[in-house]
Amino acid sequence: MSLSRSDFQVICDWIRPNSRVLDLGCGNGELLRELSRHQGVSGYGIEIDDKDISQCIRAGVNVIQRDLDLGLSDFDEDSFDFVILSLTLQASNYPHRLLGEMLRVGAEGIVTFPNFGNITSRIQLGLGGRMPVNRTLPLEWYNTTNIHLCTLKDFEELCEKLDIEILERRAVSHNHKAGPGLKLFPNLFGEIALYRFRKKQAVAA
Amino acid sequence: MPEAIPQNSVGLVKPSTFHFDQPLALDCGETLDAYDLVYETYGELNPSRDNAVLVCHALSGTHHLAGYYNMEDRKPGWWESLVGPGKVIDTNRFFVVGVNNLGGCNGSTGPISINPATSKPYGPDFPMVTVSDWVESQNRLTQKLGIKQWAAVIGGSLGGMQVLQWAIDFPDSLRHAIVIAAAPKLTAQNIAFNEVARQAIRTDPAFHSGHYYEHNTIPESGLRIARMLGHLTYMSDDIMAEKFGRALREGSINFDYGIEFQVESYLRHQADSFVGTFDANTYLLMTKALDYFDPAASSGSDLSSVLASVSADFFVLSFTSDWRFSPQRSHEIVKALHDNDLNVSYAEIESHHGHDAFLLALPQYISVFGSYMDRVASECAK
Repeated sequence: MSLSRSDFQVICDWIRPNSRVLDLGCGNGELLRELSRHQGVSGYGIEIDDKDISQCIRAGVNVIQRDLDLGLSDFDEDSFDFVILSLTLQASNYPHRLLGEMLRVGAEGIVTFPNFGNITSRIQLGLGGRMPVNRTLPLEWYNTTNIHLCTLKDFEELCEKLDIEILERRAVSHNHKAGPGLKLFPNLFGEIALYRFRKKQAVAA
Repeated sequence: MPEAIPQNSVGLVKPSTFHFDQPLALDCGETLDAYDLVYETYGELNPSRDNAVLVCHALSGTHHLAGYYNMEDRKPGWWESLVGPGKVIDTNRFFVVGVNNLGGCNGSTGPISINPATSKPYGPDFPMVTVSDWVESQNRLTQKLGIKQWAAVIGGSLGGMQVLQWAIDFPDSLRHAIVIAAAPKLTAQNIAFNEVARQAIRTDPAFHSGHYYEHNTIPESGLRIARMLGHLTYMSDDIMAEKFGRALREGSINFDYGIEFQVESYLRHQADSFVGTFDANTYLLMTKALDYFDPAASSGSDLSSVLASVSADFFVLSFTSDWRFSPQRSHEIVKALHDNDLNVSYAEIESHHGHDAFLLALPQYISVFGSYMDRVASECAK
C-alpha cells in the first residue's frame, strides 16, 4: 500500500486488526479507508471541512461533521480501542482537553504532530529570528491554522501532567527516512512526532 | 408553465393509484378497511429490482416529487431541484417512488375522501394516523410494486421521521436511510407551534368541527394563519432579513392594517396559495402525526436501544440555521446510531435558509448528498 503521509504508515502498524477506531480530523478519510480495507478496522472519522466530508462520503468512510473543539460529548466512555489525532492537535483550541477526551472515549490514543523542536524550525527562529516556514509548517504565522505548536519535550511534559502513559514514540522525517540522527535526537531531527498512549494504569496493590 | 420542459427534468408525469382491500390496523386503535395510495414513479426499475428509492414527504408535501403534469403546469414537483436525470436522486440510475401519505389531500385516502360507511367525506372522522401507520402502508405499496428492498429510503423533516421509522420497523427492507433536517421527536416548542396552528384552524367559525365540506366552506382564515406561522418557522431570521428586511411595499408607511411591509405581502401570498390547495383536516392530522412521533417512547426514551435492530447504513444531514429541526436534533439521531456501531455519516450544511434549506439545491448539500447517492448507486446492479 502507498499512503500519502509518512505518519499514516506508523499508525497502521500500531493499530491492531479489527479494532474500533475514531479518527479525529480524518481529512479525506484516507487512513480510515486503508485501515478498514486491510485491517478490518471499523469506526468513524470526525472532520469539519466541507470538501473532506464529501470525499469521505464518496469513499464510503463513515464521517461525522463536527468541530473537535466542541469536544466528543456525543461519544460514550470507552467506545473505541483507538482514538487517532493525526496532525490536528496543533490546530485545536484546547489540546490538553482534547487529549483528556480521547482517553475518555478510547482505550488508547495516537497523536501525531509537526515537531516544532525540529532543527529547521530552530534555525529559522533561533538564527533567522523569524517564525518557521518549512515543509511541515508550510504556512505563514498569520494564516496558519497551527495555533498550538509544541516539541516532543513539551508534549511529554503535558502527558506527565495529565497522567498519560506513553506506550510508544516515533519521530519521522517527512518522507519517512529514519537516519541514525533521528533515533538519537528525535526532538532535534524529527519532523513529525508520533505517540501512542493511554491513561496511567493504577498499580495493583 | 414551462416554455419547454427543462433537459434535466423528468418531464411530463402521471400519478397512479393502488387500491388496498387488506384492512390496516392503526396505532390509534381504529382500522381502515380499505384505502387508496396515490404515487408517482420516475426512472426504470432494473431487472434485479435493486435500484428503487422511496422518497417520503413532509407536512405539506405530496407524491409529486418532480416533473410537470402538463404544459400549462406552473410549478414542477416539490423536489424538482434534487430529483431528475443527472440530479442528486438521479432518475437515470434509480427507480424513484413518491407516495402521498394516508390522511393526505392529494389523492390518497384522507379526510376529503368519501367514507364508504356514510357516503359522505370522512372529514374529522378520519382516524388519526401516525408515522408508523404511514410506513406500514408504504410497505404494502412496496410489495405491490414488486420491490423487495429499497436501495434507499429518503426524506426531509417529517419525511426524515418516516425514514427512521422504516429502518426500525422493516430493517431488512432498506439498504440506506437518508434522514434530512429531522428529529427523533419534537420538542415542546415544536409541539407548541403545531398547537397554535391547530387552534387557528379549529377556532375558525367556518371549521364547523371539521364538517366544513357539508357547509360548502373552508376554515380559510384559520388555515391561512396556520400556514403563515408554519412558514415563518421554516425560515431563519437571517434569510428573512435578506429577502425582505424592513422593505415597504409602497415605499412609505400608511398607518393602517393593509400590507405595508414586504414580509407581510410574502406571508399572505404563501397563505393564499396554500388555502387553495391544502385541506384543513389534513393539516390537523399531519401536525398530530408530527407531535406523536417518538419511536423511543416505548423504550424509556432510549433511542439507542430502539435502533439496536437497525441494519441500514445511515446518512444524516442538517442545516446550520434550521431552528425548527436544529442540528442538535440530528446529533441525537447520529449518536444513537454510533452507539450501536452502525454505519452512519453526518453532514451539517452551512446555510442561512432555515428549515426550508432541505428543498433547495445548495452547493455543499448537492455535493455531499450526491456523493452519498453515487455510493448507493454503485451497489445497485448495472
